[in-house]
Amino acid sequence: MSLLNINALKLSIGAAEILHDVSLSVDAGQITAVIGESGSGKSMTAYCVNQLLPRGARAEGKVQFNRQNMLTLDESTLCQMRGTDIGMVFQEPMTALNPVQTIGAQVAETVLIHGAARKVEALKIARETLNRVGLPEAQFPLSRYPHELSGGQRQRVVIAMAIALRPKLLIADEPTTALDVTTQAQIMDLLKRLVQEDGMGLFLISHDLGVVADVADHIVIMRKGKVVEQGATAHIFKHMLHPYTKALFKASSHKPDRAAQPQNTPILEVKNLIRDYALPRKSLVGSVPTFRAVNNVSFTLKKGESLGLVGESGCGKSTLTRAILGLEAIQGGSISINGQEVQAGHTIPRALRRNMQVVFQDPYGSFNPRHKVARLVSEPFHLLSTPPKGPARKAAISEVLTAVGMHPEDADKYIHEFSGGQRQRIAIARALIIKPELIILDEAVSALDVSIRAQILDLLAELSDKLGLSYLFISHDLSVVRAITDRVMVMKSGEIVEEGATEAIFQTPQHDYTRALLAAAPSLEDLMQ
Amino acid sequence: MKRAFKMPGFTIGFILAFTFAAAALISFIWSPFGTDGVDIVNKLHTPDATNWFGTDHLGRDIFSMIMVGARTSIAVAIVAVGIGVLLGVPLGLAAAARKGSLLDEVIMRGNDLIFAFPALLIAILITAVFGPSAINAIIAIGIFNIPVFARLSRGGALSLWTRDFVLAARVSGKSRVRISFEHILPNITNLLIVQGTIQFSLGILAEAALSYIGLGAQPPIPSWGRMLADSQTMVSFAPHLALFPGLAIVLTVLGLNLMGDALRDLFDPKLRRDRQ
Amino acid sequence: MLIFTLKRLLSLGLSLIAASVAIFFVVEIIPGDPARLMLGINATQDAVDALRTQMGLDQGLLSRYWLWVSGLLQGDFGISYTYRVPVAEMVQGRVWVSLPLALYALLLSTAIAFPIGIIAAAKRGSWADWLVMGGTQLGVAIPNFWFAMIMVSILALKYHLFSAGGFPGWDEPLAALKALTLPAVVLALPQASILARVMRSSLLDTLSEDFMRTARAKGRTARGAMVHHALRNAMIPVLTIIGLQFSFLLAGAIIIEKIFFLPGLGSMIFTAITQRDLIVVESVVMLLVFAVILVTFLVDITYAMVDPRLRRRA
Repeated sequence: MSLLNINALKLSIGAAEILHDVSLSVDAGQITAVIGESGSGKSMTAYCVNQLLPRGARAEGKVQFNRQNMLTLDESTLCQMRGTDIGMVFQEPMTALNPVQTIGAQVAETVLIHGAARKVEALKIARETLNRVGLPEAQFPLSRYPHELSGGQRQRVVIAMAIALRPKLLIADEPTTALDVTTQAQIMDLLKRLVQEDGMGLFLISHDLGVVADVADHIVIMRKGKVVEQGATAHIFKHMLHPYTKALFKASSHKPDRAAQPQNTPILEVKNLIRDYALPRKSLVGSVPTFRAVNNVSFTLKKGESLGLVGESGCGKSTLTRAILGLEAIQGGSISINGQEVQAGHTIPRALRRNMQVVFQDPYGSFNPRHKVARLVSEPFHLLSTPPKGPARKAAISEVLTAVGMHPEDADKYIHEFSGGQRQRIAIARALIIKPELIILDEAVSALDVSIRAQILDLLAELSDKLGLSYLFISHDLSVVRAITDRVMVMKSGEIVEEGATEAIFQTPQHDYTRALLAAAPSLEDLMQ
Repeated sequence: MKRAFKMPGFTIGFILAFTFAAAALISFIWSPFGTDGVDIVNKLHTPDATNWFGTDHLGRDIFSMIMVGARTSIAVAIVAVGIGVLLGVPLGLAAAARKGSLLDEVIMRGNDLIFAFPALLIAILITAVFGPSAINAIIAIGIFNIPVFARLSRGGALSLWTRDFVLAARVSGKSRVRISFEHILPNITNLLIVQGTIQFSLGILAEAALSYIGLGAQPPIPSWGRMLADSQTMVSFAPHLALFPGLAIVLTVLGLNLMGDALRDLFDPKLRRDRQ
Repeated sequence: MLIFTLKRLLSLGLSLIAASVAIFFVVEIIPGDPARLMLGINATQDAVDALRTQMGLDQGLLSRYWLWVSGLLQGDFGISYTYRVPVAEMVQGRVWVSLPLALYALLLSTAIAFPIGIIAAAKRGSWADWLVMGGTQLGVAIPNFWFAMIMVSILALKYHLFSAGGFPGWDEPLAALKALTLPAVVLALPQASILARVMRSSLLDTLSEDFMRTARAKGRTARGAMVHHALRNAMIPVLTIIGLQFSFLLAGAIIIEKIFFLPGLGSMIFTAITQRDLIVVESVVMLLVFAVILVTFLVDITYAMVDPRLRRRA
């Protein structure tokens, strides 16, 4: 008998049926990973276990935990079980903690609610638990507030709250998705260690096969509210019976074919670039303190080349992007576009700007919801001294929409009528319309599901072959960068720590930080061999 | 618009507000008795078939006076909201476009300063200086609307300035002024409409209060607040004098607030998700 | 926290200076010579000139502003043009009617709004919620002076439950409190309606936050999560409104005092306006603005106590 047995679980919210006949199990001391793209119903399955479902949700079937059917228990019994028998870790550590309470109080709360100890004792347990999850007393006293901690540290606090009473089952809903690669690996290691130490079962939810593949004992693949395949991890990797599983694996390690050869003329040259931010004043007197987000960065991007820029959040890669695009003034160094140099203190002239366009990460926030696609896509025409008008403009819009795999008729629609992947195509169309030579892709595929991501990468490869485009490809995702770039730069704390041909860097990294990054990043290819 | 009328709150609110707006408009060409017909013989009549809402201490028809009074209320409130929107929104947009600059600082501190004065106190100060009149009431209420709209549009604009579509517009070389009008303003109109409805109802309340204490519209211009002030000494023996103008205020304000609330629910994407 | 408090104090000082400048110059625009006004049309030019010198009116704008402000700082509000007595004396007795009235109303408004706002949020969509939402919608729409008129005619004149007006003074605390009760209720009702709505929507916002789900996952009951996690977080916007309400209540008190014949600052300012006794208007307005700015300062400090994130920023 497994610790948790879900049998023929159905769930509907209002009129919509979210889960159809889901069955899976979690054993004590084992990790069961549930994988699926957004909307697959993987999180809802987890919420059925501890019965924290949204209003109006109705579940049928059996969720056997500890020989009890969770679906038939009353609310007060469920409250007793949550926190003591079943712990839960959430995706978004930045908002999962109460901002106005200390971390000590919040961890001790788990103990206090269940009357497991008195206040002094509860604080002692909180202390021990925080030590266990890697937050030692010296740097992390109980009196710290959540806003004083980083994302990874907060996730450790959330884990501490969940395991304070040593539950039998821990549910982790995308526990590392919001975190950087190196932090991600540390949190996975922590969860794995806790499972071994306490012998609890871990119900791990993720959209990323790579992240869970080397920790999970069992893998369950879900799609559109159904389980399409499940089994022991090694077994799944070897056999992969269901076509969706195969597609998912293929898409996760997708590598587009690229033919373009970089030429020797540089399109973009950055020399000793410096970008300082003013910080809020600490005292009323004295000068305004500054933070150097980009420190003395130099690099060259050649025509037809695809250059990757890799780094974790806060390393300065977004600031660098904005500086290159001329959105923010630089405090030192210079930026040359097509051989024309712009020094610090000057703005980039329009004639140069038209050589660069950008594609952003969020396909939902990149467009003004009140404009039609034609107007959205043609916005960069503003950079031209004589923008096309009338039929010429219409033809240009049709041409560029066709180029990214959309229909010319889409020009008359509003953006909300399109899916995330389609929007990202439209964003690329907007970048292409004035025929720039360089496109900056700022985490342009990071928000997309793996199958869509593979399609967009193919499109980017095809466009660069056809139009001889140069890409500056910024991402935190190493596998994507490896798939699409010729050369890669690794950025840390505002500086480029390593630079070189992509394959060389991935095979023989020189800098310690690059090694750490690569070690932390999950690679499916290694696992499948 | 169709979706709005599916909400009972909006429909009720719209009917109430529309009734009073219509009464104000109709009063320009027709009202049962007019408001200048002093007829002492027929003073203090209780409501009957001739004088639907009765007559006041000078024998004037209260129904007619409420119709004409709606004019004053609505005109004062509309102009006051207009002042707030026309001055407040550009200030708020400018402050957001240059966040953290001296301009932003000056605008925001100016707002705080006006907020430090209770609206009624501004009105009192202004009437103390320029003498009581409807125009001065409008200015007093309008001044207080400026920081309301400035703050609202700055707040809304600030969250939009961090959005990628605004960055995309900047990459396309558009100026901050142009972006403010092309991308920011259309996306905060919902906020402005909701707040406008609420300020409109507050304006009607404020006008009534100012007229009531004699600092608003001056006789012979009929206004609801003024009618209430006149009725004060006669409430005990002629309660209808106070009842109808009071109800007129309550129903108009209620109607506008119901509309505002319904619109807020309609525009709020978070609530919309809840409903689905 | 210390730096935060100091910064807030600095901004309090700056606001006061700005407000005093604004008030001073608005009153300066007024045509007419106060000295001439005080002495009447029949006074000789010499007498008027003498009074102008005595009042400091012959000096430049800046030095007159300085004279006024430094006077205020020492509790010297100037001399009333009409009554020829120090404004400070006139104000003294009246402040102790207006201020307690506003505070009383604020207390009532909070005491009414909190429970009904919380109930409405906790039982969202229930009949209790509908009742609260409907009732508060009406409460916001009723002009308080009209409500006051009705209350006076029903409760005081017909049933003699409360005094219809007047104020016995604080020598008889109970009678004084009784005299202020009806005015305070009238003042508080619309504000309580607004506050209850803010409380409800703020709580609803907080209830949908991620950390509420975390609390439930720890084993908190729905009610326990509300009490231990939602309330304190929901207080942040509610505090803003309470701060703003104080200013509304002070101003609203001006009208309500008139209806209930209370000898507060309101009736004084009215008389002063009709008599064009501008120094009284100027000083009373400044006093009220000072009270509002002070309350804003207190609200800011309370903010920082509720929300640890603000202590560092500011």
